[in-house]
Amino acid sequence: MTDKVDAPLNILEMRGITKTFPGVKALQDVTIEVGRGQVHAICGENGAGKSTLMKVLSGVYPFGTYEGDIVFENKTVEFKDIRDSEAEGIVIIHQELALSPYLSIAENIFLNNEQRGGLGLIDWNKTNAEAAKLLARVGLRENPTTKIMDIGVGKQQLVEIAKALSKRVKLLILDEPTAALNDEDSDHLLNLILHLKEQGITAIIISHKLNEIKKVADAVTVIRDGKTIETIKKSDVTEERIIKDMVGRDLENRYPDHTPHIGDEILRVEDWTAHHPQDVSRVVVDNVNINVRRGEIVGIAGLMGAGRTEFAMSLFGRSYGSKISGRVFKNGVEIKTRTVSEAIANGLAYATEDRKTYGLNLIDDIKRNISMAALKKLEKLGLVNDGQEWTVANEYRKSMNIKSPTVLAKTGKLSGGNQQKVVLSKWIYSDPDVLILDEPTRGIDVGAKYEIYSIINKLAAEGKGVIVISSELPELLGICDRIYALSEGRITGELPIEEASPEALLKLMTMEKAR
Amino acid sequence: MSNLETKPADGVAAGSQVNPVENRFTNRFSHILADLGKNGIFIALILVVVLFSVLTNGILLRPQNISNLIVQNGYILVLAIGMVMVIIAGHIDLSVGSVAAFVGAVSGVFAVQWGLPWWLSIVLSLLVGALVGVWQGFWIAFVGIPAFIVTLAGMLIFRGLALVVLGNANIGSFPTEYRALGNGFLSNVFGELELDPLTLGVAAIAVIALFVQQFRTRKGRASYGQAVEPIVWFIAKLVLITVAIGFFAYALASYKGIPITLIVLAVLVLVYGIVMNRSVFGRHIYAIGGNLHAAELSGIKTRNVTFWLFVNMGFLAALAGLIFTARLNLAGPKAGDGFELEAISAAFIGGAAVQGGVGTIGGAIIGGLIIGVLNNGMSIMGIGIEWQQAVKGLVLLFAVAFDVYNKRRSGGR
Repeated sequence: MTDKVDAPLNILEMRGITKTFPGVKALQDVTIEVGRGQVHAICGENGAGKSTLMKVLSGVYPFGTYEGDIVFENKTVEFKDIRDSEAEGIVIIHQELALSPYLSIAENIFLNNEQRGGLGLIDWNKTNAEAAKLLARVGLRENPTTKIMDIGVGKQQLVEIAKALSKRVKLLILDEPTAALNDEDSDHLLNLILHLKEQGITAIIISHKLNEIKKVADAVTVIRDGKTIETIKKSDVTEERIIKDMVGRDLENRYPDHTPHIGDEILRVEDWTAHHPQDVSRVVVDNVNINVRRGEIVGIAGLMGAGRTEFAMSLFGRSYGSKISGRVFKNGVEIKTRTVSEAIANGLAYATEDRKTYGLNLIDDIKRNISMAALKKLEKLGLVNDGQEWTVANEYRKSMNIKSPTVLAKTGKLSGGNQQKVVLSKWIYSDPDVLILDEPTRGIDVGAKYEIYSIINKLAAEGKGVIVISSELPELLGICDRIYALSEGRITGELPIEEASPEALLKLMTMEKAR
Repeated sequence: MSNLETKPADGVAAGSQVNPVENRFTNRFSHILADLGKNGIFIALILVVVLFSVLTNGILLRPQNISNLIVQNGYILVLAIGMVMVIIAGHIDLSVGSVAAFVGAVSGVFAVQWGLPWWLSIVLSLLVGALVGVWQGFWIAFVGIPAFIVTLAGMLIFRGLALVVLGNANIGSFPTEYRALGNGFLSNVFGELELDPLTLGVAAIAVIALFVQQFRTRKGRASYGQAVEPIVWFIAKLVLITVAIGFFAYALASYKGIPITLIVLAVLVLVYGIVMNRSVFGRHIYAIGGNLHAAELSGIKTRNVTFWLFVNMGFLAALAGLIFTARLNLAGPKAGDGFELEAISAAFIGGAAVQGGVGTIGGAIIGGLIIGVLNNGMSIMGIGIEWQQAVKGLVLLFAVAFDVYNKRRSGGR
């Protein structure tokens, strides 16, 4: 099943890796060979075992807790912990960055690897000078003494890589490095990976984004259900083949069919303006006018910082911003959305782009998360009907295909796709007329994305208005009936789906204010 | 909804078959382990009781001492109820000891110096406590100052105000009805008997109510297809609790009957248990503690919930102050000293999480009882106050450490 990758010499071979958790085989006889000086992509749905494999490799799961061999640089290695693997030059950069926000860039780079001078004290001149050299290598123009909290996520990612370089990395593992980055930062990062490759640094990149895999990877290994499906050479890589391997079937259409039945206008927002919460003079949402009709899926396209989320959250109970003005009409009647509860009562729902921080109570179960926004429906004399709540949650578990044996499972233990289904269940249960879905498929694998799109279609078919905010243009083009483009807080254009193309949208999305 | 037929039906995604026999065994075994984890605190209480009954040659379990245990710890338990709610919401209240002292002093003014009727004094005092809560709740919920700071300030403010009200003197000689709150008993309604029939009757009703409630819950769960614990385990637990209640009731009945403090406590536990488990308000508290942002964006009025939480804490702190003052028949400047620490310890020993979102009223009560038994047991043994402090500190540390270890094991992946 596995195609041999023709590489002169493999820097890493993992042979027959099997990792068992109580009751579950997370990895089963996984074999992967990574050629020296190559960029090797690992693909797979959430829960397929990618992260587990990387944890085995980096020593998070120490030698002895798994079966199989790891051969690095032609010798069998037995890592007891992450320090062991780092000593050999294997560095893993996790999806959630491990930087300390209040420390400087230089301090972070040399954290636990401090540049010492006499008496064992830290030599700050050396620290900052060395850091500056590393920053130059990753193409980050920042002062080494700048605090991490003062730079964006894209730059933080580069700091992580600089930190890895400081450890004389031979094999760099990046877990979904561009998940939180905008297109520009993503491009920069991918180019950096290619640049580092020229310097002889091997990289393993775990990613969902098939276009970027095609761009950087020399080989792709697909993992499904804890098993290696195949390794594909660069010349043979096609998106279709990867998707087929990942989900185990052909996904001819990544977007489910959707025949719109569009009715009357259900929501209209007029002259919506919001200012920055701290910097009150800064206009973040500038005179936005949009409308949504029954059964319509409306997209909002915009680059990072265009004010997409800010618009949605300021509309949804003034959860963002200051000095908010504008009018909202539902079915032609003006409504108020001054607080979240008022917005919900008026039939609005907002599913956040950041489920873990803003969407879910991760330490509580599926059931209570689903009922959280609509407890009133289960309430009698101030008391919640437990049994009814359980029934409701169970119905959603089945209808939304939330993969958990019971609704009593904690949401923190679910995969991204299933967490998103819980969030959607919560909002659907609150009986909204208009749903605003902010990046509904961020960090979700291909199969689950298809399910989320089907849910969105179903909501529209029921006559609800759906607003989808997304930074992935293909997604908007695949599911929407009409798309607004947002730039610098202003609506710069509106295209029906027939006229929308990536080029046309990008032009609108980058349109700058006349100054 | 689209069902991708290639997906496995249930949560255990990446899995080849594990031997079913082995699986069933591990399931049952893990069930018992999980249950031990959940009931660990209860088992800890039993162990502490057994340990100290042995160490005190049985004095701990004498009727009079059991009665004392309740009366001496009543006010801590009252505070623990409010404290665990505050902690679940992700806050803390350091001021409860001072507030208890302040309200005790104020009630002295009402009942003794002004000579108001006992019931009016109590109502007014509780109102003062609630107002203290309004004050602190305002700063925490609406101004957004961390509870730690506001209640640290409150600790100083209300200790100071207590001294001001007392004016360098104690207030004593409270009306009998007032004093009953701390050391009264409900008994001898049927005349002087060896065993108070009222106490036994109440205990019997309590046991029956417990059985009905437990079986109904179990049946309800089963009818909704939820997993229930094995019947043997379930019955064993009920029998154990029945024996404990029976023994407890016997002890009370052969001493002076039911302490008024216990009645107050029972009502509080019942009411607040329902509030936390079944009411919308309780749900909102858990939601806020679990994820404040998510709660806010789900339309929960988080500020209002926080505000009322502290009003409630003020009310309960006042009640604790009244019980303490009634018990001593004296409102003094040192009243309530260190109460906050015992209440906080009780909540944490009872399984509350420092980050919020986790905890139960029942846990806090058992946590409070463990501290109470430690206090009482060590006092009987003649251990000095200095060692008592050290031991209680260690127990708090080990209890939380055990909890952390337990969670790491069950959540470990």
